Amino acid sequence: MNNPTEYLPRSYHTRVSTYWWLARWAYVKFILREASSVFVAWIVVVTLLQIRALTRGPADYAELQNSLRSPLLLTLNAVSLAFVIFHAVTWFNLAPKAMVIRLRGKRLSSLAIAAPNYVAWVVISAAIAWILLRG
Amino acid sequence: MLFSAGGVVSAMLMPIHVLLFGLAFPLGWVDAPSYEHLLALVRHPLTRVYLFILCSLALFHWAHRFRFTLYDGLQIKHLNELINTFCYGGATLGTAVAAYLLWRIP
Amino acid sequence: MANRITLEVTRYNPAHDEKPRPDTYEVPLRKEWVVLDALNYIKDHLDGSLSFRWSCRMGVCGSCGMMVNGVPKLTCATFLSDYAPGPVRVEPMSHFPVLRDLVVDTSDFLVKLAKSKPWIIRKVEKPLNEEYFQTPEQMDAYKQFSMCINCMLCYAACPVYGLDPLFSGPAAIALAQRYNLDSRDQGASDRLDILSHHEGIWGCTFVGECTQVCPKNVDPAAAIQQYKLTATMEWLKALVLPRGAE
Repeated sequence: MNNPTEYLPRSYHTRVSTYWWLARWAYVKFILREASSVFVAWIVVVTLLQIRALTRGPADYAELQNSLRSPLLLTLNAVSLAFVIFHAVTWFNLAPKAMVIRLRGKRLSSLAIAAPNYVAWVVISAAIAWILLRG
Repeated sequence: MLFSAGGVVSAMLMPIHVLLFGLAFPLGWVDAPSYEHLLALVRHPLTRVYLFILCSLALFHWAHRFRFTLYDGLQIKHLNELINTFCYGGATLGTAVAAYLLWRIP
Repeated sequence: MANRITLEVTRYNPAHDEKPRPDTYEVPLRKEWVVLDALNYIKDHLDGSLSFRWSCRMGVCGSCGMMVNGVPKLTCATFLSDYAPGPVRVEPMSHFPVLRDLVVDTSDFLVKLAKSKPWIIRKVEKPLNEEYFQTPEQMDAYKQFSMCINCMLCYAACPVYGLDPLFSGPAAIALAQRYNLDSRDQGASDRLDILSHHEGIWGCTFVGECTQVCPKNVDPAAAIQQYKLTATMEWLKALVLPRGAE
């Protein structure tokens, strides 16, 4: 409706506010979910810093470990943990929506698809913890 | 596709990594692995591949998601050249750094 | 329960209003009344110039979609008493240009719907005296997505549609998927070419609000994610088998 005529005057286009995502809790949750990606990237940075410190020698590594004990980094990493778990939970819960698997004619329920993901999550996490802690 | 792969990888692996390296070891909840043990682990080619995949996929997952968050959340789509460079460029840079660091482990 | 409730209804007359503004009306609060009843009461007794769309008044035609307290709803299926003591804010559906009062311009949706080719496409027609047989299982594959009444509440709820006017939107994609999954249809690749780009399925960031507001439980978000999976598989197949494996 770009050309107003005598019998069809201009329509009103409401501009979407920059704060559209604050209007409903569902939208806030969505933005938080997307924001978790920032913390995922932060963990990558921490991991790369650790690899670099390992390469440089025990003194560098110890220094990095020390800075990881600072209140600032502890808080940041605690927040990162919360966000990363939020990402994992929302991801596993949404995955069944994309996958329609039919077994003997009946569609597998969301739980049947999400549950193996959670199980894999626990198993893999346990395996990594074991590899790191047995040394 | 990179986004989905990155999403799965970060969902499965990141929590335990942060829990251990970010909280459990610094706070002493469990005994942190020794420098020697970690170095031995990281030297192993499988670990290097694992870390490379983890870092690069997670970074591309971030790049894709963050790009759309900036478009939709902040409505700055007109800056999309800048956003794309920052996001995908950043992810590529991070991947390159990861590859370099993992290659250079003694 | 009180026997009156206040409604704040958006009014906009393009002939002499700069922009939409709310007017307040007090209507009876009857326990079985829906918001549509209140609007009709206003039109019948308080202000005959109020304009709004409605038809079946029973949740099957998709005409009466509006924002009630900021949430897209079918006004014929939204009980007034749920909002007591009020006031209840009734606004035209978000993300569409407002033509007048509560009436919006839906032509954008209709254009996008047509692009999805929401009809059975056959590469090879069957002769007229041969039926298309379909088992209950085959119908089950697409039935949920066929429930769409084109009410556009999902467009009002979708932030991506609000921010990017080129996005195809939930209903258009869900209806494309309804035909893709129909065993009688042979047009999946045509629709894929049209929808598998940034303003088609890839514009969706899976907010999921479309599914939350859908009055017919179509679950357009699921349709779109399934479509993304299909599109990715097709892309991989094309990569690995360039000559195609029809």
